[in-house]
Amino acid sequence: MSAIVSFSHVSCRLGGNDILRDVTLEVQPGETLVMLGRSGSGKTTILKLINRLYAPTEGQVLVEGQSTTEWDPIRLRRRIGYVIQEGGLFPHFTVAHNVGLIPRLEGWAEERIDQRVRALLDDVGLPHGEFGDRYPRELSGGQRQRVGVARALAAEPDLLLFDEPFGALDPITRMELQQQFLALRHEFQKTAVFVTHDVREALLIGTRIGLVSRGRVRLLESPADFLRSTDEEARAFLACLDQSPTGTA
Amino acid sequence: MTQDIVRLSLEHLVLVSVTLAIAAGLAIPTGIVATRFDRFRRGVVAVTNVVQTIPSLAMFGFLIPLPFLPLGKETAIVALVLYALLPILQNTLAGILGVDRAVRESAVAMGMTGRQLLWLVELPLASRMIVTGLRISTVITIGTATIAAAIGAGGLGVFIFRGIATVDNAQLLAGAVPAAIMALVADRGLSWIERRWLPG
Repeated sequence: MSAIVSFSHVSCRLGGNDILRDVTLEVQPGETLVMLGRSGSGKTTILKLINRLYAPTEGQVLVEGQSTTEWDPIRLRRRIGYVIQEGGLFPHFTVAHNVGLIPRLEGWAEERIDQRVRALLDDVGLPHGEFGDRYPRELSGGQRQRVGVARALAAEPDLLLFDEPFGALDPITRMELQQQFLALRHEFQKTAVFVTHDVREALLIGTRIGLVSRGRVRLLESPADFLRSTDEEARAFLACLDQSPTGTA
Repeated sequence: MTQDIVRLSLEHLVLVSVTLAIAAGLAIPTGIVATRFDRFRRGVVAVTNVVQTIPSLAMFGFLIPLPFLPLGKETAIVALVLYALLPILQNTLAGILGVDRAVRESAVAMGMTGRQLLWLVELPLASRMIVTGLRISTVITIGTATIAAAIGAGGLGVFIFRGIATVDNAQLLAGAVPAAIMALVADRGLSWIERRWLPG
């Protein structure tokens, strides 16, 4: 089984700051690798190195065996779904237009785009008849996020990147979307890299967890091993679970 | 008199339309390029700002002796274009630079080319601001164009200068009222387009 993404000794400097130092990791097909870290740890930079929003200063990032600096960035990005907080939807496009955008840029036939958009909106629980013609501002935060997920899936990418997608949502909506994420993963069997600062979210949806701290990946473990980890930073995150007044941890 | 009002109003309208077409044709592309290059942006904004501060009558005076410009309409249009540039340029800049970072980032991350980013995202989202700039320039130009009569460009300013020279209020009003109406209609019309047709 060959890795979809592999980092070998990757460093990234931006504006004179070392954002990432000597990161080596692999993303295997079908897994959900969660990069967990505090704000400013460099976890988002890992995502942006995968779709070549940034280029590594040292080392190499391979996507499907080819270095991101050798990929045509446009081709590379269209093969990778990207979901950010609040969806990053285009405010001047309807929901259906947002979701169908990459297929349209890729030159799909209108009929195929239409079918794809309908199917995806159904998948994320926003039926086309009711939501397709709405504009993003007419949706709730959770609904916008669902559209963002549908849009990322539209061109049938093999790999999905999630940059704290549920961070701005209320806890109930957040939980609904996490559940939907798990259901969609079951249905589509996509590979995903998911960035979050929420340890609960990491344990819920990750098949593997990478702990990022000050530009380094300190740990790369299964959720079960992560729970048993003696690493200081991992313990600090796990302590957040114990803080819960309802004792759900 | 009525015939004259119609004729000079039309002349005025042509002066204003030509001016705005040229100003928009220069300022919008320049504004787009300026969003890509910081130093160029600072340069053009500084230059257009200075131009804006030159009193308009003096500007017409400065342009008269230029050998390549025949006296009259052409000279007037050059001066009027110079004044019309700034609002369009600044609003183009503000409109494009004001596009939400998350929206721009997701456009790039989705694999849009630079051209697609511009035409599908930045320009549509900036279009209201750009039309607002056009609206401001239109109103300015309709007013300033009356002064162009001083250098023989014609238009409604002919009435106004004649009215001043002969202390004739009827002549003054024959120039000022149609100009005011023209400005009002243009202002309303363009705001309607902004609200009705443009995203935002």
